[in-house]
Parts: sequence; structure tokens; C-alpha cells
Amino acid sequence: MAQQQVRAIVISGNGTNCEREVANACRLAGADVADIVHLSCLLAGEVELNDYHFLNFAGGFLDGDDLGSAKAGANRLNHAVIAGSSRTLADAIRGFIASGKLVMGVCNGFQLMVKMGLLPALGGDQRQTATLTFNDGGRFEDRWTYLKVDPVSPCVFTRGLQGIYLPVRHGEGKFVTETPAVLEQIESRHLAVLKYCDAGYQAPTMDYPLNPNGSTAAIAGVCDESGRLFGLMPHPEAYVHRTHHPRWTRETLPEEGMGLWLYQNAVTFIRENLL
Amino acid sequence: MASRIVVALKDGVRDARGERVRREMMEHLGINLDRVRTIDVYTIDAQLSEEELLAAARGPFSDPVIQEYAVNRPLADDFDLLIEVGFRPGVTDNVGRTAREAIQYLTGRSFAPGEAVYTSVQYLLNGDLDKAGAEQVAAGFLANGLIQRWTIVSREEFDRASGLPAQPPRVVSTATPQIREIDLDVNDEALMQISRDGMLALNLEEMKAIQAFIAEPQVQQQRASVGLGRKLTDAELEALAQTWSEHCKHKIFSARIDYEDGQGNRETINSLFKTYIMGATRDIRAAKGDKDICLSVFKDNAGVIRFTDDWSMVYKVETHNSPSALDPYGGALTGIVGVNRDPFGTGRGARLIFNTDVFCFASPFYDKPLPPRLLHPRRIFEGVVEGVEHGGNKSGIPTVNGSLVFDDRFAGKPLVYCGSAALMPRELHGRPGHDKKAEVGDHILMVGGRVGKDGIHGATFSSEELHEDSPVTAVQIGDPITQRRMFDFLLVARDQGLYNAITDNGAGGLSSSVGEMAEDTGGFELHLDRCPLKYPGLQPWEILISEAQERMTVAVPPQQVEAFIALARRMDVEATDIGQFTDSGYYHCLYEGKTATYLPMAFLHEGTPQMQIPARWELKQHAEPSSTALPSADEALEQLLSRLNICSKECVVRRYDHEVQGATVQKPLTGIDNDGPADGSVVRPLFDSFAGIATAHGICPRYSDIDTYHMMACAIDEALRNYVAVGGNIDHVAGLDNFCWCDPVKSERTPDGEYKAAQLVRANKALYDYCLAFGVPLISGKDSMKNDYQIGSTKISIPPTVLFSVIGKVEDVRKTVSMDVKRPGDRVYLLGVTRAELGASELYSQLGFTGNAVPTVDAHTALLRYRTLNRAQQGGLLASCHDLSDGGLGVAAAETAFAGGYGLAIDLRKVRCERTLTDMEILYSESQSRLLVSVAPEQAEEFEKLFAGQPLSLLGEVTAEPRLRVTGLDGTLIIDRENSVLKEAWQAPLREL
Repeated sequence: MAQQQVRAIVISGNGTNCEREVANACRLAGADVADIVHLSCLLAGEVELNDYHFLNFAGGFLDGDDLGSAKAGANRLNHAVIAGSSRTLADAIRGFIASGKLVMGVCNGFQLMVKMGLLPALGGDQRQTATLTFNDGGRFEDRWTYLKVDPVSPCVFTRGLQGIYLPVRHGEGKFVTETPAVLEQIESRHLAVLKYCDAGYQAPTMDYPLNPNGSTAAIAGVCDESGRLFGLMPHPEAYVHRTHHPRWTRETLPEEGMGLWLYQNAVTFIRENLL
Repeated sequence: MASRIVVALKDGVRDARGERVRREMMEHLGINLDRVRTIDVYTIDAQLSEEELLAAARGPFSDPVIQEYAVNRPLADDFDLLIEVGFRPGVTDNVGRTAREAIQYLTGRSFAPGEAVYTSVQYLLNGDLDKAGAEQVAAGFLANGLIQRWTIVSREEFDRASGLPAQPPRVVSTATPQIREIDLDVNDEALMQISRDGMLALNLEEMKAIQAFIAEPQVQQQRASVGLGRKLTDAELEALAQTWSEHCKHKIFSARIDYEDGQGNRETINSLFKTYIMGATRDIRAAKGDKDICLSVFKDNAGVIRFTDDWSMVYKVETHNSPSALDPYGGALTGIVGVNRDPFGTGRGARLIFNTDVFCFASPFYDKPLPPRLLHPRRIFEGVVEGVEHGGNKSGIPTVNGSLVFDDRFAGKPLVYCGSAALMPRELHGRPGHDKKAEVGDHILMVGGRVGKDGIHGATFSSEELHEDSPVTAVQIGDPITQRRMFDFLLVARDQGLYNAITDNGAGGLSSSVGEMAEDTGGFELHLDRCPLKYPGLQPWEILISEAQERMTVAVPPQQVEAFIALARRMDVEATDIGQFTDSGYYHCLYEGKTATYLPMAFLHEGTPQMQIPARWELKQHAEPSSTALPSADEALEQLLSRLNICSKECVVRRYDHEVQGATVQKPLTGIDNDGPADGSVVRPLFDSFAGIATAHGICPRYSDIDTYHMMACAIDEALRNYVAVGGNIDHVAGLDNFCWCDPVKSERTPDGEYKAAQLVRANKALYDYCLAFGVPLISGKDSMKNDYQIGSTKISIPPTVLFSVIGKVEDVRKTVSMDVKRPGDRVYLLGVTRAELGASELYSQLGFTGNAVPTVDAHTALLRYRTLNRAQQGGLLASCHDLSDGGLGVAAAETAFAGGYGLAIDLRKVRCERTLTDMEILYSESQSRLLVSVAPEQAEEFEKLFAGQPLSLLGEVTAEPRLRVTGLDGTLIIDRENSVLKEAWQAPLREL
């Protein structure tokens, strides 16, 4: 394997839906490799997670979200064993993280990371301390949202950004913490990277529909303290070209969409730190 | 001994599901409870240790942040009444399936045969309600008795130590599989009794054809050679009933029809399908020569046309009406995941890129008494919308286009149209991707779900009206995740070249899929006992015709079978070798080595007697409203914007993911606030190209009340003008016709059959005439011909309805425009001619009239207009483009204005009309082939030059102030309304649904 390549992997299977557009976003952002790998290939031991720098959990409905969003998916990763080893896939992911690499989970991927305890993982504790549950409206919604970026967050993916505009497409996107103390730590450590806000990116909001799900503290995306693990409900891969924007026929927009910025930051980080 | 795990929300966590139930009980039943809470119940019917049960409860079944759990003891507390709703035995339980898999991962052990997890939900009700009231709530709202069962306990009756007992809904069958013989050597009455008792939907002529077949000495001889007796087997009769069903054989579209046009002219039509539908495509393809875009039409699960040099597009639209009437959620869910298998299983497989859906319902606010067995339209609305939502969203396919059409006659049968498009490699392993052919010796592989009793007699059931004994088993529930896994696997298998042909298992199950594929080779041998079952006790004939979902049938060459099965296993998909394609000439099924069917393929596929149908047209006269009955222009506009057929459908559109796959360029909601009504949709399915696919549709059942010929013409024109409005190339487009009719065969039950049959003939004539005139080939379609409700003396027939869907190419998606006005100062033009065509319009419907002047279509001038519009789009001359349909110019002007956030000042004196019309006619006539466009002033000259010689009216301009101002014929302002007022009228009616 060429050492100078930025290598991204997108895990697919059992209900992921956005793997193609996530891989496309990685490629557009400059990743040299963006492989879509079916979970069965990882479990068969044919593909080694550690050959990549950037792990993507794409949106979708793992196992139909039948036991609650991404619950059955998290259970599989925690317990399914990689062929010819005694390691679970979750072990492999923890190893990947320990080696300083990047992980981004979008929508169902974010739900998966939270329910595996990968986020917020306060103080490195991978016990589940937060969750994503049913929208206050009780329904799935597809709608574009304005997101205010915390400028002092350690998040690698949002460096240099103030605000972005992305669609949410979920029924279980309301972020809730186990205790007020968990929320307080998330806030004080600047881990609440993205918050639903007004169209001017001025202030977080609890007002529907700007805040589409009633998320606590308007939280839309969270990172861990290293800033290398990041999850968000809105879909950055859904806005990588101006024609993705819902008003592209009436506004003057740059060719590149705002969602692409997150992937570009990831690629830059890898080039600067992991190659 | 089964165990129960219950999972409840922790104190203080909002129960959004409970709140929604409480709210809906208020809205649907008028029952106002203080509180409704919910608890999830998992009944585990498997050998698990106490620790394993606890681990399951703690791990995958509950969320530690918001939920608590208990094993074999209740969490329900502090309620007045508790209703627990679970599935009946044998009903698909998707959550139960996922729960079983989760436990298997946890323990590392597989469940033994017969072991399972079943799910149910407890509703904890607090408030003023007695047990009888709770029974009503359960039966009429929380549960559907066809597929679910419930238990009701009061606070006093509830055992607080152990809760409700575990009662797994196991399928218990003591039946031994056997092949029964059926004696057809009986009189006509007994023959029909056999057909009715067996839910076969075969008529006397067909039963007699079968009777004659089995009596032939030669047939008897051949049967003896495989050990069969002189009588037909049950499996054979079922196979014939399925293959010959209206649903599969389209007997009405193949019938010989004697048509009289009402003026004494008679003609005989030998198959509507061959004459008008295939005929249109044949003639268009011939006329287009090397510009023909068709690749595969009418012979596969879906139609295939050209897209780019490397890719083809595939499209299919289906209906799932009857099951949706019985179980709206399950029926619609199955509708969408079912139609997904059609384009997927076209050629040698295609990747799904978008869904469309069109629903026809009675008003959700229907307040008249409902005849027995009909669900309230609002329940149907809720259930269908949710079913399609789950089916489409979970499958990762964007729902990009759709409609809701309201007419109270749809209370008798709702129409649920689901469409699905796919992208297919132009070439695959050295031959066209749309080619498929099973070879002699290929193995028959059944892939995906297992076989159960679900959907038995679905094909024959949908060939009948909804009646007292409509079967419970006809309802299936789709499982999007099992299907998704199967699709993931099959695309890999396709790319590895592991199979020769593929088709889906839909109506008629294996009987249909294997039977159709075997036409390639001329026979097959199928071992029914090898099919994996959901539970034991199925009869061989049930295995043969079960419509259990999520299954594909694949023809795999012998040398690839091992690799095919190994790949399936690795990807967690079940694939079973169940037989072989042969050239024996026989439809040969066996069960444990014994022959269950031995029918000549020729008899099965060509033995149906042709139906004879009389048809007589008469033009009915309808009352016209007097001019004094008309409201003022501005009042009428607000009323029209609030009509169910015109108002915003945002409440439904937002529930569908219309952007997954990252390709949707023209979205269903558009404009300055992302909430204007787009005319059609455009997707850009290839990341490395700006070529796009546009889709749109037309549907106008109201016009059928005057003349189905013009209904059809208008549906075609509406689809095409929506399509060109979003930038579709009028010379690269194909159509799909989906007929939903009421029974058109004259009988005691249908005394007006001749008129309904004539309506059918006229719609077909228009289909041929207008497709030819527009040069739009038909590539696929479907008919659903028994959309009636008949119980006792009540008969409700739907209005004859055709959904005309189109799919075609956009050269460069960056040149497309949306329907909202963009800038003050832009000029506003109307393309086309306005005529006095208010017959069956929304305005007349609002006034309670039908009238007579139905819109007619002039395809010749329309085609030139659409071509010119394409050129204007290519030249970047348009700022916005919106089609005129329901509610005419008035509604279109209001929509384009409030979607754009600017005003419009237009003058009716400038409108190009056929003759002198009134203000009301100009504003609300539904004349076809018209579009409202806005153009920047600096491009106006070029735009006008382009349309020189064509009807083009400069009506006015876009204004900065967000108001709609319309100057009437007498020069006064007849409409002067703020956008916000108009938009509120348009958004209010369905906002809360």
C-alpha cells in the first residue's frame, strides 16, 4: 500500500443507505482511496480496518432501527467476531481509534457511535452516556437546517468553519444526555460542535422547525475530546455540490457545497498528521 | 417456557409515541384521555438462561440513557386500563426478527427451529374510559384485527407481581402436508362452487376449459407416467387460478370487446393491450427509427430505455389497492418494497434510484357513515403514508415525486400507486444489461425471505371486489431490511456474473416467477419441500402460491451454484436450490419426490379462454352552474387554494426522504422557504456526469365523469408538461400507464358494465392517439380492474383513474429551473391558449357541479411548445416555470408568487384566449398544455423570438411587494391579496395531518 495515500473506508450493509455519497464526498475532498466495504468483508477478515485512515459510518437504518435507532447495529459490532480471531469488530474499531485516526458518523452512523459509547466518551469512558431518540414531533422529517459551529471545539472536521447549512433526514435525532452533568461537561469541553440555529448562524435555537427534533441544547453534532471522533445528525455528504442546495436555482452559490468542507478538513488532517 | 422482557421509558422522559396516540385518539375517536404511555414487550420463546435474558434486556433491547427494563415482571403501573397489542400467529414481525438476530449475536448461538421472539406494545391509558370503550379503541384504532390481537386489563385485574402471561403467537399446525385431488367431473354449479370456495376467482368458462383439459385421454396418459391420477391436484388448480387471474393475465385488457360509440358505429377490438398500448409503442418506435430510445418494453418486470452511453434507465409503477384497504400500513409498505423488486429484477438486475407515490383517498375529514368493513379514510391516509415512509426511507431510496388525489368515491377502495426507477449498466459481461435468459439446466434459486402463509390468494383476491369474505391471509407486511440485504448481495452476484436471469416473487409467488422464467426453456422441475418455511404445516400448494415478500427467483448455471450460495451465506442472505429449468414442456412440481403438478406449459400460459365484453358509450349531460352562483374571483382563489386536491402536501412530503443517494437536484419542495410545490423532479444519478433523469406524472379522475377519452389525454399532457417544466427533454421520454378501473364487465352485480367498458375503450383510444402524437412510447404499465366495494346493497365504484407517469432525460441538470419566481422586474408570460374549459374543474367541484366542457388537448401545438420550451431552458432564458393544472391560471400564479416570495401583477386582458371569455373562465379554466414562466427583462427579446408564431401572452411582471394583483377584463383589480394570506389558505388544510 502506498504510504502517501489518504485512505477512507465507508462501512456498508444491514441497512446503511448513504455509503455511495459518503465515498463520493471523500473522493471529492481529496481522499486517494474511498472504499465502500460491506461489513461481511470485515467480519470475514478480508479487509483490515487498520489499512485506512478515515472510518465513515454512513446514514441509513441499521437493521431497520427496529430496537431503537442503531441499537441492533451497535450490538452486532460489539459481539460479532472477526473470522480467524477472537477480536470483535468493536475491538478493531477501538484499535483504529487508539492509533490516532479519524472517525465520522452521520445520522444513523452518529446514532451508532453514541450507542456504542464512542461519543461523547468523556474522559475516555466508553460507557453510553447519551442517546438519540424520537423527534419531539414523533415523526421522520426531511428538512434543511442551519448549524452553528463552536469555534473553540477540538473537532478536527469543523476547523475554520462558522456555520453550515445541511439537511436532516431522521425520525430519531433528539440528543439527550444521561444526566445534566454529562451535558454540562459536553458543553464546557466544547464537544457540542454543531447546534441548530437561525438562518444567520447567530444563536442556537429550540424553536421548531429550525431545531427539527427538540434536541437538548439544540445539539446537532458532537465530538470526543480528541476531536478526531465526530458524529452529527445532518448529512454533510448531501451537500457537496451547489445543485444539492434546495435554493440553488435562485441563489448564487460556489460550486462546492458546505458539507464538503468537513471532508476536506479530514483529508487535510490526515495529510498533515497521519502520512 | 416463554419469557417476557418489558422496556419502558424512564420517569421524566417524553413518550412521543404515547403523546401521538393520545392526540390521534382525540382527533379520530373524540376520546380525550389524561395520559397515554407505551411499553415495548418482547416475548422470547427460546431456550435462554436467566443471565442471557438479562443481557438481552440490558443490551440491545433497552437504551440505558432513557429506558428501564424488567424480565418476567411488569413495569406497567398507575394506569386505569392497559391494552397490549401484538401480532396474530404467522404475521411478519420485523422487530421480532431483529430481536432474534440480536440475541444470536449476544449468545453466539443460533435459535433452534420453532424458537422466536415476538413483539407487542402496551398502551397504558389514564382517564375516563371503561373496558367496552377500551375494546373500541383497540379494535378501531390501536390495532388492526386482521393482523393483530389484543388483551385489555383494568388496574384491578392486573397482576402486579407477574404482569401479563407470556403467550407467544406461535403458528401451531397439525396439518400434514398432502396433495389432494379435486374432482372436476361435476356440473356447472358445482364447478363454480369449487372456484368460490377455493377463492380461485375463475369464471365458469375457465373452469370448463380446465375440466375439458383434464378429461382428455392424452393428458390422462401423460399424467399416469408421473404417477398422477385422473383428477387435477389442488396445486394444479391453484397454479391455474393464479396464472389465469385477472391480476396476472390481464383478461380484461386481452378481451374481445364489442364497442358501440353511442352514434351507432360499432367496432370489435381484439385486445386493448395489443391494439392500443403495444400498438402505440410499436408505431412510435417505427416512426422514430434510429432515435428510438426503447431497449426493453413489455416483456420484463419493468421497461428499459436509453440514458447515457453506459447506463440505461428502468421504471415501473404498480398498485397495491386491495391490501391497503384492509391493512393500510402493511399494504402500502408491501406496495413500495414490492415495486422495488420489479426494476431491481429487470434484465439481470438494476440499482434502485428513486421511488414515486400517488395516493387516491376519500377526504380525511369524511364525516358520513361508513359501510361495513371500510376503514375511515383518515386511518387509511395515516397508515398508507406511514407504510410508504417506512418502506422507502428504510430502503434508502429517495421518494422524489407524488400526488394525493381526493374524491369520496375512493372510500370504496383507496388507490395506492408506487413507482420505482433504477439504473442498469448498458452492457454487462459482454451482453446488454437488459437481456436475461434462463438456460436449460440452470438451477432455480430462491433468495431472500422464507415462505409462509402470507399473501396466499393475493393474486386472485385483487381480481375481485372487496367483499365480506376477503381473506385475511391476503395481507402481507414487507420487510425492507431483509430485502435490502438481499439486494446488496444480488448486485455483487450480478457483477460477478453468477446468474443468467432473475425475477421477483410478487403476486402468485413461485408459481408466477418460476412459471414465467421457464418460458425461456420450456419447462421446469421444482421441489416444493426444499423451500425454507417460516413455520411448518404448509401444504404444497400453499408453498407454490405464497406471496411471502422479499424473495427473488434466480436462474444459476450449475457450475456457479456453489459460489452463489457461499456468497449469500457470507452476506447473511438465505439462498436455496429448489429445482432446475428444463425443456420438458411441463410445469412440474414435486413434494418429497411425489408429483404435485404436471401441467403442459402451453396450456398454462395459453389456455385461458378469451373474454367477450360488450361496451356502449353514451355522452351524459351534466348540469351547469349559473353565472350568479359563482363566487368573486378573489374568494374563489382562496377557496381553491384550500381544496384538498390543490393544497400543500408538505405534511406528507417531509416524511419521505427525498434526498438520500445525494442525487435529487429538483426537489419536491422548492422556493424561498423550501415549501413551494415543484412540478416534477430531477435526479442526477451519476457522480461523474451532469446528465439527469426527470420524472413527473398526470392523473385527473374527475374528468372521467365527463369523458374518459379526454381524462386520458389530459393525464398524458399533464405528465408531459410537468416533465418539461423541470427540464425534461420532450424527445427523450417514455410513459407508463397504470389503469385503476371499476369492474367493467356487465353482470347482475354490474348492470352498468357496458358504459364502464366503453369508458375503458375510450381511455385506451386516447392513450394510443396522444402517445403517438407526442411521440412518447409506453414501456410498462399495469391494470387493476376490480376497484369496487360491494357488501349488501351498498356498492361504491371508484372513478375510472389512470396514472400516467413519465421518465426521461435531462442533458444537463444545471440548466433546469424551479417553479418559484426569482426576481422583481422579471416578465411573466403564459404559454398556450386558454379556453372555456371548466367541466369537472376544481372550481366546479367546489360549487358542487360537474358541467360538460372538459378540457381537450391539442397535441400538435403542445409538442411544438414543449420543444421550444426545452430550447429556452437550454439557452438559460427562464427564471421560473410552472405548469397550470388544477385551479388553472389563478392557482398557478398564486403558487409561483408565494413560493418565490415576491408578488405578481398580471392583466387578464393580455391572456390569449380562444374566444371571449369571462374573468372566472380565464382564471380557473383548466385548459391543458399551458405553462407560466418568468423571464429576466434582458432576455425577454430572445425568449419572445423563440416563441414567435406560437401563443404567448405577456401578462405582467414580478413585483417586489409580495402580493398577487390581477386586473380583470374591465380594467379593475379583481384580486389583490397578500402572498401570506394565499399561502396560509394553501397550507392550512392538511398541515396538522
